[in-house]
Amino acid sequence: MGLADRVIKPSILRGFALYTALAGIAWCALFPILWAVSGSLKNEGEVTMPTLFPSHPQWSNYREVFAVMPFWRMFFNSVLYAGCVSIGQVFFCSLAGYAFARLRFRGRDTLFVLYLGTLMVPLTVTVIPQFILMRIAGLTDTPWAMIVPGLFGSAFGTYLMRQFFQTIPAELEEAAILDGCSPWQIYWRILLPHAKPAVMVLAVLTWFNVWNDFLWPLLMIQRGSIATLTLGLVRMQGEYVARWPVLMAASMLILLPLLLVYAVAQRAFIRGIAVTGLGG
Amino acid sequence: MASVTFDQATRRYPGADRPAVDCLDLAVGDGEFVVLVGPSGCGKTTSLRMVAGLETVDAGCIRIGARDVTDVEPKDRDVAMVFQNYALYPHMTVAQNMGFALKIAGTPKAEIHARVLDAARLLDLQAYLDRKPKDLSGGQRQRVAMGRAIVRHPQVFLMDEPLSNLDAKLRVQTRNQIAGLQERLGTTTIYVTHDQVEAMTMGDRVAVLRDGVLQQCAAPRELYRNPINMFVAEFIGSPAMNLLTLPVVDHSVALGDWRIPLPHAITATTGELVVGIRPEHLDIGGSGVEMHIDVVEELGADAYLYGRITGVDNALTQSIVARTDGHDPPPRGSRVRLQPQPGHVHFFAFDGRRLP
Repeated sequence: MGLADRVIKPSILRGFALYTALAGIAWCALFPILWAVSGSLKNEGEVTMPTLFPSHPQWSNYREVFAVMPFWRMFFNSVLYAGCVSIGQVFFCSLAGYAFARLRFRGRDTLFVLYLGTLMVPLTVTVIPQFILMRIAGLTDTPWAMIVPGLFGSAFGTYLMRQFFQTIPAELEEAAILDGCSPWQIYWRILLPHAKPAVMVLAVLTWFNVWNDFLWPLLMIQRGSIATLTLGLVRMQGEYVARWPVLMAASMLILLPLLLVYAVAQRAFIRGIAVTGLGG
Repeated sequence: MASVTFDQATRRYPGADRPAVDCLDLAVGDGEFVVLVGPSGCGKTTSLRMVAGLETVDAGCIRIGARDVTDVEPKDRDVAMVFQNYALYPHMTVAQNMGFALKIAGTPKAEIHARVLDAARLLDLQAYLDRKPKDLSGGQRQRVAMGRAIVRHPQVFLMDEPLSNLDAKLRVQTRNQIAGLQERLGTTTIYVTHDQVEAMTMGDRVAVLRDGVLQQCAAPRELYRNPINMFVAEFIGSPAMNLLTLPVVDHSVALGDWRIPLPHAITATTGELVVGIRPEHLDIGGSGVEMHIDVVEELGADAYLYGRITGVDNALTQSIVARTDGHDPPPRGSRVRLQPQPGHVHFFAFDGRRLP
């Protein structure tokens, strides 16, 4: 046996063990999705059976989703709410993050800590007061109820943007000052374009949150014409309690845009996670 | 173009026990190239940033031309700065970087384009105008940073260690380019460096700072020949000037069996004083002080001998460096005798003052 064999063999074994373990973990993560995909293609009788591959894939389940719920209307609503809130979050959180990271004013750090402290207040504590505020403002059961509360930023988003802005060298800002930029121009023309990875992270996370949110639309929205996909899914569950394959198909259709958003933003998203120190 | 005047300019950082820049008086003439040099923390960069308006002036004032700019916004001072890390905008192309200040100022597009092209031609950057900074080498980035300053046609260039991120060979090349460019443009320039070779080779005058206090500002040769104190003497020149503590015996200082007569003005001095001799002003000969050679540094044309002098009456053992011809330097471990060249010996009091 040559030296090379003796060196290579343990590394092959280690590699095998490692990849087996990784494959196992990946299987655990993917299985629920595969199960849902499989369920969405089964017929009523087969759906409760422990088989992964349907004997006769029922593509008609997907067609039926569009028949039993106003899918495109709800899809448009969800995109509208998620889009508006994401744009608002990026704009206001980056502005606040810029102020907390770069501008010098009295009590800045104390204010930031207090603002960050609001992260510790659970949603369940604020949901009733928020509901009352919305009712007083006359916004319940309107699209504004879905957009306004999240539009003006969040402590998490501000924190994310602040952390990113702090990593940008001060010289870049000083060069802009000497080039004649006002604080707004520094933010808009220099720092914000530079912060694209963090912006992507915030936009994607916000989009996911709004898209998946169920409690808030359930409280706010009665009318079907302004309902979101998550509401539609649950309402469908009530009416068609026995039709699991159609529900699964609807779930898959709701999941698809998220996967698309992630696929498009993936590179910037991962870079953003790395540079803002969110990972690990 | 304009002169720049520091008039008792002081910067004190909150919480610091001494000012970063202490009552700086310095006048930079119109079109002059002045280098601020000194060790880390001497206040040279702070002084530069005070001219730029990036640091507040706590006392005194700064004038550009006849105008007091102490409280003027940085953008209204008509100065351009080259930063140590270049501070190029990463999301903009070279051309956009160079034209950005003009764009902010509302200059017409055609004029921006023409001025960027002119500067690019001057710096040999035409081929890179559409590239982003990340696609450029260190030297190219440095030139873009220069270009960004040139495009604006400012009254004053401020440069904060612009060569420190380049490798040694490129640094020498770029050093000459910057000096040549400044001469051609005739723009008043204040240049900060910690590298005394850079300071000596580039500046019309060199200002040496220490602990926020200006030590001496003079032409390089004057600084080298007549350092005003021990700090300047040691800081300027490489290897540094030998500073030897020697006893005074009969109106002269004794260096081995050599006697260096004291100048008339200080013949009354007794005890000991500090004698400064540059390595190139020590000749190897038959008499003088005996040096034991520890290290021989061969540089080709020259060789530097590092060692200790022995045989001084009061048994002092002090480090000394001497320059010799690089062709046939004495070997390590050997002993040679050193003689200082007359007229090239500096005398300093123990508090660092130059004795006349």
